[in-house]
Amino acid sequence: MTEDGTGSGASPPGSAPKATTTSRPAERTKTIAPPAGPVDPPPPPHVPVPAFIAALQSTLPDTVQQISFWVGDWTLIVDAARLPEVATYLRDRPDARFNFCSDITATDWPPRGQRFDVIYSLYSVPLRHRVRLKVRTAESASVPTVTGVWPSANWLEREVFDMFGIRFEGHPDLRRILMPDEWQGHPERKDYPLEGPGELLMENPMDWLKLRRSQEIE
Amino acid sequence: MFDTSELVLNMGPQHPSTHGVLRVVLRLDGERVVDADLVIGYLHRGIEKLSEQRDWTQIILLTDRMDYVAAASNNLGYCETVEKLMSLEVPRRARYIRTILAELQRIASHCLWLGTHAMDLGAMTVFLYAFRERELILDLFEEFCGARLTYNAMRIGGLPLDIPSGWDIKVQSFCDIMETKVAEYEELLTHNRIWRDRTRGIGVISGGDAIAIGLSGPPLRGSGVPRDVRKNEPYAAYSEFEFDVPIGAAGDTYDRYLVRLEEFRQSIRIIRQALDGLPEGPILGKVPRLIKPPAGETYHAIESPKGELGYFIVSDGRSNAPYRFRVRPPSFCNLQALPRLIRGHLVADVVALIGSIDIVLGEVDR
Repeated sequence: MTEDGTGSGASPPGSAPKATTTSRPAERTKTIAPPAGPVDPPPPPHVPVPAFIAALQSTLPDTVQQISFWVGDWTLIVDAARLPEVATYLRDRPDARFNFCSDITATDWPPRGQRFDVIYSLYSVPLRHRVRLKVRTAESASVPTVTGVWPSANWLEREVFDMFGIRFEGHPDLRRILMPDEWQGHPERKDYPLEGPGELLMENPMDWLKLRRSQEIE
Repeated sequence: MFDTSELVLNMGPQHPSTHGVLRVVLRLDGERVVDADLVIGYLHRGIEKLSEQRDWTQIILLTDRMDYVAAASNNLGYCETVEKLMSLEVPRRARYIRTILAELQRIASHCLWLGTHAMDLGAMTVFLYAFRERELILDLFEEFCGARLTYNAMRIGGLPLDIPSGWDIKVQSFCDIMETKVAEYEELLTHNRIWRDRTRGIGVISGGDAIAIGLSGPPLRGSGVPRDVRKNEPYAAYSEFEFDVPIGAAGDTYDRYLVRLEEFRQSIRIIRQALDGLPEGPILGKVPRLIKPPAGETYHAIESPKGELGYFIVSDGRSNAPYRFRVRPPSFCNLQALPRLIRGHLVADVVALIGSIDIVLGEVDR
């Protein structure tokens, strides 16, 4: 489907994101600056904050940096250093009881200093409600593991490590899980190359990236 | 006198009973499994990364390739997530047909599971029987959307096509056939002494442990936890139908088998109710021609035949592709429990347990 493909390349990057969108993603990345971070909209005033979030804020002050609400989902942005404390609290507290860790994943926002968000989707089997925790981290930093709180986090954290290169402090077995052990680079990062030169360099895509960059400079 | 050192045995990745390219590195003491390490990723195609370069509509086609024996369930989960992100209303008729398709898919997936699981344990006949019935479902899907495996059967906001005339009657008669066939499977297996000896007390996991390790779907319900996304967080049209969530008691391979067998019957029950109450009306909601959800993120889960299938999607609100596309694959999370289940059992039970948690490697590796 075609869109208003007017003036792709004419305007400087990031100035008019709407007008420069074209249907080809490869061109899009050249013409539009990547988004600086997620929206994380605050809850509108008419939506009541669930009791367990208010209780968490009063019991463990300064752990929750921000609350966000979007299409019915609650997200808590949590201080990375105090994540295990918050996780244990949410698992054990009688009005929260998030005993099922559905999913752990990450998003990459390269322009931001702390470029990664690690996202924990939690579910409570007895109380049937959900919440997401979000932790911001930099490339050089690490996030404390939650495998001690939810054993199911083991493989999920390994996958995040494999795909994004985010290290989890205290993880019992932090190895690659989907990519081969000797692989270089982390495929889900936004700066990972989408194309390669073929079989020869496939084992080492970061070399290919350097090669391509040097060619672009010339 | 005898050397009793541990033996390391590689099972797979090319092994018929690992149901795909799963490699299990077993550490054995005699014939008992001391520990196991799972090696996955042989089928990794980077579907998450690929999806971040595709149109929102094109991704439906990629989701087919994850759990390729339950493509319609994957389509449903993805479409519902995007609809949630865009706050789209799906017409009632479309939701009913989606429910019928998802339940037919559940029966087809369980047929494949039953056939291969039974064949792994030596019951060849069940394999032929179960595939015979699966074929009928594939025919129904072929008539609906033209494909037999990767359906691409749904669209964001509804369905691409209405059901062909006479299709509902065929589904109705399939339900009648299937009901007698489930009884046939039961006759072959449920009270079969060999089957019971091979499955009872194998891979026991308690409800609390199952939740902690992240099991979902029939393996969780086999441990006595009545958790079903269809019931607890209803999607599509499930809130309008009556059905039971079967649960096991012992949490062993036999109970997981019984749970899935009962799910055949519950699926038939849902399909019949949906066909009886099938409303008239449009099949596609008011969808903009260019799909571009507003900036935001959401997680939405459905009950696929394997367990909780969740999608976490981030939209940046300005491009034609999702900024982040993440799948929470039930097979991946259930497979994590395998080393815990097989510890202390015999090598022959490993096959029973891989079959019992019902994995599809296309979904594990994506």
